[in-house]
Amino acid sequence: MNYPQAVQADTGPATGFPVETYRQDFPILEQTVRDMPLVYLDNAATAQKPRQVIEVLDDYYRSYNSNIHRGVHTLSELATDAYETARKKIQRFINAESLQEVIFVRGTTEGINLVAQSYGRSRLGAGDEIIVSTMEHHSNIVPWQLLCEQTGAVLKVIPINDAGELDMDEYKNLLNERTRIVAIVHISNALGTINPIAEITGQAHAAGAVVVIDGAQAAPHTKLDMAALDCDFYTFSGHKLFGPTGIGVLYGKQALLEDMPPYHGGGDMIKMVTFEKTLYNDLPYKFEAGTPYIAGVIGLGAAVDYVSDVDLDRIHDYEHGLLRYAAEAAATVPGLRLIGTAADKASILSFVVDGIHPHDLGTILDHDGIAIRTGHHCAMPVMERFGIPATARASFAFYNTTEEVDKLVAGIDKAKNIFK
Amino acid sequence: MFDLKDLYQEVIVDHNRSPRNFGELGPPGRKLEGFNPLCGDRLTLYLDQDGDRIADIKFNGSGCAISIASASLMTEGVKGKSVREAETVFAGFHELLTCADLDIDMTRMGKLAVLAGVRDYPSRVKCATLCWHTLHALLAGDEAPVSTE
Repeated sequence: MNYPQAVQADTGPATGFPVETYRQDFPILEQTVRDMPLVYLDNAATAQKPRQVIEVLDDYYRSYNSNIHRGVHTLSELATDAYETARKKIQRFINAESLQEVIFVRGTTEGINLVAQSYGRSRLGAGDEIIVSTMEHHSNIVPWQLLCEQTGAVLKVIPINDAGELDMDEYKNLLNERTRIVAIVHISNALGTINPIAEITGQAHAAGAVVVIDGAQAAPHTKLDMAALDCDFYTFSGHKLFGPTGIGVLYGKQALLEDMPPYHGGGDMIKMVTFEKTLYNDLPYKFEAGTPYIAGVIGLGAAVDYVSDVDLDRIHDYEHGLLRYAAEAAATVPGLRLIGTAADKASILSFVVDGIHPHDLGTILDHDGIAIRTGHHCAMPVMERFGIPATARASFAFYNTTEEVDKLVAGIDKAKNIFK
Repeated sequence: MFDLKDLYQEVIVDHNRSPRNFGELGPPGRKLEGFNPLCGDRLTLYLDQDGDRIADIKFNGSGCAISIASASLMTEGVKGKSVREAETVFAGFHELLTCADLDIDMTRMGKLAVLAGVRDYPSRVKCATLCWHTLHALLAGDEAPVSTE
């Protein structure tokens, strides 16, 4: 297949990004699926893990598995040190002001639920308003619906345009003195749209509302800077950032976190317990009840080291080139329609093909070892907005190549031949 | 190696493109909706029963090729049959898709045997059986929509 030279020159080796070297860090990429080399294009669902992360997990369980905090023995001290060192790495990674602002949770979903139940439930009342958008993942819709049921608050929705971008004028119209929370996705998992978080936050603050950002898709693609974004809460998952599943981070501004009631009660989140009165622990431990996923935290620290080493600015540039290459290649396929064509977009290619249901396409591609996601991507309101039941979604990481994009396009051609 | 052509046989592609018995039946016929929440496949099945016999059957809705072709083939296969005969065909079809035993007598499955390839794609079995679960519930007199989850 021939694509314009300018497009080819924009990606891969031409940029000096050593993609083949990085691929060797990911053992899973070496395998074959259905006798074909694995082409993993489902990174928005979960990213693969580099050796550097796998080895850290292995080492923890082999060498110093132990419970953290309050341990006086050597292994417990080692584990506590590794756990808290990971917190420092993450504080630097997201440019948070203090360590107290970095709370470990199970993932983005838990981060949002924590804010809804702790901050939201203690502060919102009947008639208060929460703003979300049409492009939210279900995990940034349902926790707010639950909160509305509990408090009598009302959910308002920012519409999106045909390109899959937020209608910022309508956002301004929705903001008013009753607005208490604005909960928005940084990068849409179904469309790839990158939202203007600093602008959204500025306007929300002017209206007196706090801002909660779902950063699940953003963390692996863009440099996170809490000071610059100025949002009140930001949450992301480790597993999309080349770390383990079951671990994530909730960032919150310290003043807000201090005033919030605990989310879960249990060990580690207390200073003293009597049956008359329990004294809660300081931040961040107030929100980390129970023995946490220690290996996961340490593994996430290793993942953060790894991506920082590769450099998120270089990742961003390389992926941008890959996305452009993929979008231009997709444009050559008759009957293929991209869903999500925002001007500012991450490396997610959501599409439908005339006459081929996404699930059939997914099965046919799998037959060639190509893993994509098909379905509603936990964003059913997005599907409804575009009048489709599902899309096929190829999502790229920095270890994907232009050759893999070519294989994807060839696979789509094959599906078209079957259904012609 | 398993061939993709075994899954997307011409019969399946044809029934997906031009589904048979596609449409609605008005009263006194009964109808029931079947839904696969994972995929978003959604079918509505319409049934005219004459005593114990399936006098007429139609369906409409949207879904992947496997679910549409399976529904089309099912309506062809059970039209005119007794309820008991239809249930026997369903039992055999279910076995065909979920049992590892390759010695199943394909000849008694008739045209439905073209869907045998689905067996190699476990995540797609629900697509092929959605219409059958819906029919089963409709024949049993259920009124709540059928979900494959």
